[in-house]
Amino acid sequence: MKKLQFLLFSLLFVLFCKVNAQTPYDDPKNHACLKCHSSQIISFQNEVTGTEMKRLMNPYYIIDTTALRMGVHKSFDCTDCHSYDYTKYPHDGNLKLQPMSNCLDCHGGDPTYAQYQFEKIDEEFKKSVHYKISGENFSCTRCHNQHTYHPTARNSSSVQEIVSYSNSLCLSCHNDMKKYELVAGHENPQIIKIHEWLPNQELHFKNVRCIECHTQVTDSLMVSHNILSKDQALRKCNECHNTNSRLKASLYKYENLQARADNSFVESLFTNESYIIGAQQFPLLKKLSYLIFFLTLGAISIHIVFRFLKKK
Amino acid sequence: MSSANSKLYFYPLWLRIWHAINAIGIILLIITGISMQWGVEDSFIEFKTAINIHNTSGIVLTVNYLFFFIGNIITRNIRFYLIKPKGFFKRLFKQAQYYAYGMFQGMQSPFPLSEKRKFNPLQKLAYVIVMYVFVPFVIISGFALLFPEMIIEQVYNLSGVLLTAVAHSIAGFFISIFLVIHLYVASVGKSPAENFKSIITGWHNVH
Ligand code: HEC
Ligand code: HEC
Ligand code: HEC
Ligand code: HEC
Ligand code: HEC
Ligand code: HEC
Ligand code: HEC
Ligand code: HEM
Repeated sequence: MKKLQFLLFSLLFVLFCKVNAQTPYDDPKNHACLKCHSSQIISFQNEVTGTEMKRLMNPYYIIDTTALRMGVHKSFDCTDCHSYDYTKYPHDGNLKLQPMSNCLDCHGGDPTYAQYQFEKIDEEFKKSVHYKISGENFSCTRCHNQHTYHPTARNSSSVQEIVSYSNSLCLSCHNDMKKYELVAGHENPQIIKIHEWLPNQELHFKNVRCIECHTQVTDSLMVSHNILSKDQALRKCNECHNTNSRLKASLYKYENLQARADNSFVESLFTNESYIIGAQQFPLLKKLSYLIFFLTLGAISIHIVFRFLKKK
Repeated sequence: MSSANSKLYFYPLWLRIWHAINAIGIILLIITGISMQWGVEDSFIEFKTAINIHNTSGIVLTVNYLFFFIGNIITRNIRFYLIKPKGFFKRLFKQAQYYAYGMFQGMQSPFPLSEKRKFNPLQKLAYVIVMYVFVPFVIISGFALLFPEMIIEQVYNLSGVLLTAVAHSIAGFFISIFLVIHLYVASVGKSPAENFKSIITGWHNVH
């Protein structure tokens, strides 16, 4: 019942905000929460001594206001999700204990968001290694910050942007010792070390998403959410460098340079193992080459027939 | 007829050696090249083997080509390859006419071969284009693919390596077509085997 009330409230709220076409966060300096939660140093009134106090802010509690204003939930105000009691500082310790809504509480079964297939995503996520290893402790919010999340694969036309956003979701944890330990209870393996076998790692991580290698791609979902265990990760270069001839060309270059690095120079000239890519990549050229070839044979055959007839 | 029946030493030993190596090498290149076009999985020759044969033949043929190029100049064999522009197309057309129907109607060969003329105009054009355009291009593009760091990274939106590879295959394709026609035209003569004997013995029969 509480959830339903909340949903109704937030929907009304959203309608209201749509009319205003502004976010509640446009002026962080004077916002009831962001005046603290977007700066490194906070100041507040000490009610006991009556003096102004300054403290450092926990960096994990600082919210990026630019990303906040671009996030899907920008029309919410903080207290739509968090208790109104947070307006008081020091915050009441018991507030920590309040359960927060997760994505499915609000979006599950709502036809407005059918295109995102939240239920299907949830189903896939429950099959992923993260859920299998950490259970409920690993929720959607571990990857999707409710404050700043915005769907990129769906809206952006720049591959680089999509890749970098998607990978930032994973790296925000896998490259962050504390966040990782919070979930795993042990130190994180170095992503760069793990993927040492991958040549040109930096370029790859800029051009391919982690999930490209770490999930089984499902056609029905925009973003596959079933992160497989590491022994099922994609390792075969050809899976990517075969279908797309441009990718293949880049692999060709690599293989060739590699062969020369490994062998002595002269030897490698004869034995380099390269992926030859040619005109057959282009259907039109393929057809044209068959045409020319068979026309030549045809002309020769006719000539032969005449030579026989005329005994030339 | 019998009075003019004489022999000309058309193909000196060095040229025959060049030609034999060239013929074998190019046939190997064509077969392995086609095989590689099918890709890693479907190639009829094992991919790695095909690459080794292709690279080796390519390098041997490059040396062989230099041998031809320099030999042609030193022995002045190159004089047979020089084209006089004046009336060239007319001569070309006449020769084509001869091959297309003239020879069946008892027309005399318009450019009988002699000490001064080793090739008829069509032959000359074909040899010049193949030996001085396509073969050098295939060699250069082939070496570029062996040393891909030499290739311009991007041409507009396309990978430089890809463009080079495609151009290499197209030139290779035209050399294959040349070979088919070359083999067939060489069989035109007094008897089909005559010219093939010549390129082995060096002696050409003039009838
Ligand atoms: C005077 C500065 C200040 C203001 C204003 C402020 N906070 Fe905080 N908030 C903090 C600090 C500092 C912490 C770190 C934990 C602590 O010291 O209690 C914190 C922690 C939190 C936490 C996480 C810790 C917990 O208790 O779960 C939430 C959630 C939070 N604040 C929400 C809000 C919201 C929502 C508002 C606005 C309605 C707000 N805060 C206003 C300073 C502030
Ligand atoms: C759409 C709902 C929603 C809105 C709006 C929202 N939050 Fe949160 N916030 C959450 C959830 C859910 C969590 C818990 C995340 C978790 O457990 O991983 C959270 C956690 C936090 C935390 C704890 C830090 C952390 O990452 O665990 C702080 C601080 C916080 N929010 C501040 C704010 C402030 C300030 C605003 C307004 C600018 C705000 N939130 C608006 C849903 C929201
Ligand atoms: C408190 C309820 C609530 C929670 C929790 C919540 N959302 Fe939302 N979400 C909304 C509402 C309401 C909107 C519509 C906002 C608007 O239109 O401005 C929305 C908008 C969105 C949109 C944009 C939909 C569109 O087409 O415009 C996406 C995507 C989204 N949320 C994803 C998530 C994800 C992922 C989570 C969990 C990490 C989540 N939401 C958690 C209420 C919620
Ligand atoms: C392991 C990290 C991870 C977890 C856990 C996760 N997601 Fe995602 N999710 C992603 C990534 C990465 C994307 C792609 C981001 C982008 O480009 O928009 C994404 C995209 C989405 C989208 C947008 C898809 C679209 O069609 O545009 C939705 C909705 C979503 N996730 C919902 C969820 C929900 C609901 C959960 C929890 C059941 C969840 N996610 C758990 C990583 C995660
Ligand atoms: C080209 C494919 C590819 C890409 C891209 C890729 N990975 Fe991997 N990843 C693998 C493979 C294969 C393994 C298994 C390595 C092994 O077992 O030695 C692996 C292993 C892992 C592991 C397991 C580490 C361990 O040993 O416990 C993690 C975590 C991981 N990758 C995270 C990521 C993240 C995060 C990204 C994106 C920044 C990413 N991967 C991008 C292929 C990839
Ligand atoms: C909040 C932190 C967090 C985020 C975000 C996160 N992971 Fe993980 N990931 C973990 C933890 C914790 C483990 C399990 C470590 C363990 O105990 O073995 C793990 C394990 C993995 C593994 C290895 C599974 C195995 O077989 O050992 C892969 C692969 C992986 N994550 C990929 C990703 C990808 C891809 C993303 C982004 C879409 C992502 N992770 C986002 C924390 C995270
Ligand atoms: C998930 C798909 C994927 C996999 C798997 C993959 N790559 Fe890549 N690779 C890419 C993409 C995308 C690029 C970037 C292409 C570009 O923009 O030039 C790339 C680029 C490269 C480059 C850089 C070429 C250059 O222009 O400098 C090399 C080398 C390369 N890959 C080799 C490999 C090798 C070797 C493997 C196997 C160990 C591999 N890749 C596996 C997708 C992949
Ligand atoms: C099995 C393969 C081949 C055979 C049987 C063959 C046969 C012959 C014959 C019979 C001649 C002399 C008659 C004539 O000029 O028409 C000749 C000359 C010639 N062939 Fe070939 N050939 C083969 C492959 C090739 C290839 C692959 C090339 C070049 C890519 C080539 C280039 C030439 C040239 C340039 C000459 C003229 C040489 C000169 O006199 O200067 N041949 N060939």
